[in-house]
Amino acid sequence: MATPTLVRGARATQSTITLKIAMAVSGILFILFVLAHMYGNLKVFSGEEAFNSYAEHLRTIGAPIFPRTGVLWILRVGLIASLIVHVACAVTLARRAGRARPVQYQVKRNVNSAFSSRTMRWGGATILMFLIWHLLNFTIVKINPTGGETENPYRLLVDNFGVWWMTIIYLVAMAALALHLHHGTWSSLQTLGLTNSPLARQRAKLAGWVVAVVVAGGFSLVPLSVLVGITK
Amino acid sequence: MIGTMNLTLKIWRQPHAEAQGGMREYQVSGISEDMSFLEMLDILNEQLQEQGEEPVAFDHDCREGICGSCSLMINGQAHGPEVTTSCQLHMRSFKDGDTITIEPWRSEAFPVVKDLVVNRSAFDRIIQSGGYISANTGSAPEANSVPAPREKAMRAFNVATCIGCGACVAACPNGSASLFLGAKITHLGELPQGQPERYERIVDMVAQHDAEGFGGCTNIGECAAACPKGIPLDVISQLNKDLRTAIKAGR
Repeated sequence: MATPTLVRGARATQSTITLKIAMAVSGILFILFVLAHMYGNLKVFSGEEAFNSYAEHLRTIGAPIFPRTGVLWILRVGLIASLIVHVACAVTLARRAGRARPVQYQVKRNVNSAFSSRTMRWGGATILMFLIWHLLNFTIVKINPTGGETENPYRLLVDNFGVWWMTIIYLVAMAALALHLHHGTWSSLQTLGLTNSPLARQRAKLAGWVVAVVVAGGFSLVPLSVLVGITK
Repeated sequence: MIGTMNLTLKIWRQPHAEAQGGMREYQVSGISEDMSFLEMLDILNEQLQEQGEEPVAFDHDCREGICGSCSLMINGQAHGPEVTTSCQLHMRSFKDGDTITIEPWRSEAFPVVKDLVVNRSAFDRIIQSGGYISANTGSAPEANSVPAPREKAMRAFNVATCIGCGACVAACPNGSASLFLGAKITHLGELPQGQPERYERIVDMVAQHDAEGFGGCTNIGECAAACPKGIPLDVISQLNKDLRTAIKAGR
């Protein structure tokens, strides 16, 4: 039980809401990132040459002012920092929520919450595991399950999605991402205090649907097109 | 009797704060659909008293839905299946042969006192830390001397209906009191009288909320659905917005 005394010398920056704001801001950076990443992946449909030159261009952005992969590394460092903030705040808040209800209900009904909102923590953990695999798969180790080329981004991608279980891993991860974005988009806008009317709230929830469908749908087009043989 | 029901009740019994509690099963019969939920519990308690057993302790006061005393988790929903308080919930919401599970609010900040009674003084301390306006004593000023825009006044009045029952905390999977906080912040923050202490208030009230052991909000929305007064979720947006402004102001 909390001590029945009044807090003195409270600071706004030390509140749970500050942790939520940090999660919202880092989350919005991730939304911008996945939108850009998804758009880039669609270059697959322009063919091998276009896709590979896009992959190369990512490494030469800002040249010659920046060295090769200079801008890419700035973006990567930003994303890694966002990830650390996002996960650290999530873990802190999740542990706090666990302590806030030490005795569970025998019967508890959730009547008005979206499935996505109640699966944020497990969904986030799933996406984190996927992220590690995805980076090993395409960036750090470059795993080609067919034993083919690894330095040709287009071939690496097509060979990977030619393997059925690999396609399943990616599609399941996209389902988890869609759920996370569905609640996360609306939740970040609410946490930033931008949903002060019923109309604004409705629009923020709609934004959640749009971001989830566009991002997860756009990403899924690539493995699906390999699966049905459009991309080869 | 026509229109009466027999019910099985599963109720949390705990003799005192430190005691180990557990669920007990009871049967009640001849319950009219016009009875309130608390009247049904009164019948059970009369029955228990006749049998020489300790009656079930539960909080209640006005029994007309405005005091916020009654606090029952009924079949996993705060105040039961209707948007109202437990005292204004009627037995017509149930049917003959139903099993009803009744538990106290579960929150680290609301320790069980006995059976279904919890100590909600954490809310009092949150109010004490900033849920007020400071006004000089004396005769009341002319009401029209402080103009308040109609929309702001309406929003303030609508959220001032919060009775501090704690259903939002009970329903929240995170055990957060953000809807309660948001209602108080919005109520005072929308009116001219609330402006001088606006950002001091939010920082102090949120700090007290956190210190009491309530969880953080994840914008799930169970609180607004459980609120007997229908306080909307946008008060939490207002709460977040005001805290953000307080951060910018360096508080």
